[in-house]
Amino acid sequence: MRDVAVVAFAQSRAVRAEEGANEVEILMPVVSAAIERSGVPRKEIGFTVSGSCDYLAGVPFAFVQGLDAVGAWPPIRESHVEMDGAWALYEAWVRLQHGDVDSALVYAFGKSSLGDLPQVLTLQLDPYCMAPLWPDSISIAALQARAWLEAGHDEREMAEVAARSRKAALANPMAQVAQDLTPEELLKQPYLVSPLRRHDCPPISDGAAAVVLAAGGLAREVSERPAWIRGIDHRIEPHGLGVRDLTHSPSTRLAGERAGVGRATVDVAELHAPFSFQEVILRQALGLGPDVEVNPSGGALAANVMMGAGLVRIGEAAGRVSDGGAGRAVAHATSGPCLQQNLVCVLEADQ
Amino acid sequence: MTEAGPDPNEPVRSIRAPVHLEYHFMPGRASSRFLRGVEQGRLLGQRCPQCAKVYVPPRGACAACGVPTDEEVEVADRGTVTTFCVVNVPFHGQKIKLPYVSATILLDGADIGLFHLLQEVDAEKVHMGMRVEAVWAPPEQRKPTLESILHFRPSGEPDADYETYKDHV
Ligand SMILES: [Zn+2]
Repeated sequence: MRDVAVVAFAQSRAVRAEEGANEVEILMPVVSAAIERSGVPRKEIGFTVSGSCDYLAGVPFAFVQGLDAVGAWPPIRESHVEMDGAWALYEAWVRLQHGDVDSALVYAFGKSSLGDLPQVLTLQLDPYCMAPLWPDSISIAALQARAWLEAGHDEREMAEVAARSRKAALANPMAQVAQDLTPEELLKQPYLVSPLRRHDCPPISDGAAAVVLAAGGLAREVSERPAWIRGIDHRIEPHGLGVRDLTHSPSTRLAGERAGVGRATVDVAELHAPFSFQEVILRQALGLGPDVEVNPSGGALAANVMMGAGLVRIGEAAGRVSDGGAGRAVAHATSGPCLQQNLVCVLEADQ
Repeated sequence: MTEAGPDPNEPVRSIRAPVHLEYHFMPGRASSRFLRGVEQGRLLGQRCPQCAKVYVPPRGACAACGVPTDEEVEVADRGTVTTFCVVNVPFHGQKIKLPYVSATILLDGADIGLFHLLQEVDAEKVHMGMRVEAVWAPPEQRKPTLESILHFRPSGEPDADYETYKDHV
């Protein structure tokens, strides 16, 4: 395998509703910042790939407009996934394995404020037997939470995740929701959709993120401390919720094993758990012990740009490696209802 | 077959599952400036700081260079037909009498064509290079939409030299 590293990351500050700017206007400064930080000249970037979802804007081929932020003339090598940008990064990593290009720009954007997000997400369900009932994404997550609680967990575990995440977000200027409250205080809040309280759910966010990858020698040239991708894998579970064990995440476990999470000590993990209890499921699936620092950024409970939050996890984890805060980091991204699809990426500094 | 209802062994060939979602359209900063201009009878574009091309309507970015286009430029409400099509086929929602002409018009001062209607001319007389001008709705009827220009019509000027629009065909 060819060595590939994250050499730059940028993101916009997540907000509930970006009133003035359209997607391109949100994205453009983020892409420019990532390219500038990478030290790779824009016109020398070998491959560009994005992640977004046309359902968020309600416009077919909305992703094509995103290219306005990139500078696609003369024509560039470009691709898109209708998924979180973490999967776009996976495609870029595969593309860099071909060996003919040395750098890639990966970006993601989502403006959920244009529609009713919990209902828009209904459309990712099975279209014959589930979607016609119009269950929203919060209710679907509440079903999973109930199954998880009845498998032997309690609401205090959920409140602890929420309290820790939102407190950590106080140190993240890009976060949307940050507060310092104890689990006890959170447990006094009313239910939003039982057993979920508001703080167990992610905020609805508008924003964008971008990462620049570089291979081998180029990564060493442009970065003092590249965050090397030492393993990356993604796995998916069946579409029908009824055939899955919602209290565990076998796809995360498998992706984690394939990415080599357990091969050495993990210093920090950025887990894409949109709902508080899902973080506990993910930690277990990845075998992360209590000594692993989880979501120092605040995670998806502090900012959850649809199609971007997974890529942000990789960017945040890589940032911890590159700034010397961690020697080995794990990033995780999820997609679909109830952690249906999961991607795991292991990032390491040079030994 | 009895009156008991559909045959349970017959495969279901289709289901009805209506989808209704509502969205707010958000034009963004650059398009908002443009649409507010149209409301006042002005056509506002933006110039790229790198390649100097003027985009009308502006999108806040130069798609070729990938940089923000902050400089605002007012362009003329007249220009040159670079390409056109004669619509002869009736369709659902059609409001205009057939045949009619849709044209791409390179406004004077712009570097990208604007798509609009061409009226007050026989379809067979329309041609590339034809000079046209905007026919605006009366000021009190203008709104932040390109429908504030009712249509374009021939301006009576001589045809534009091919050299002036050859990069736009
Ligand atoms: Zn330009």
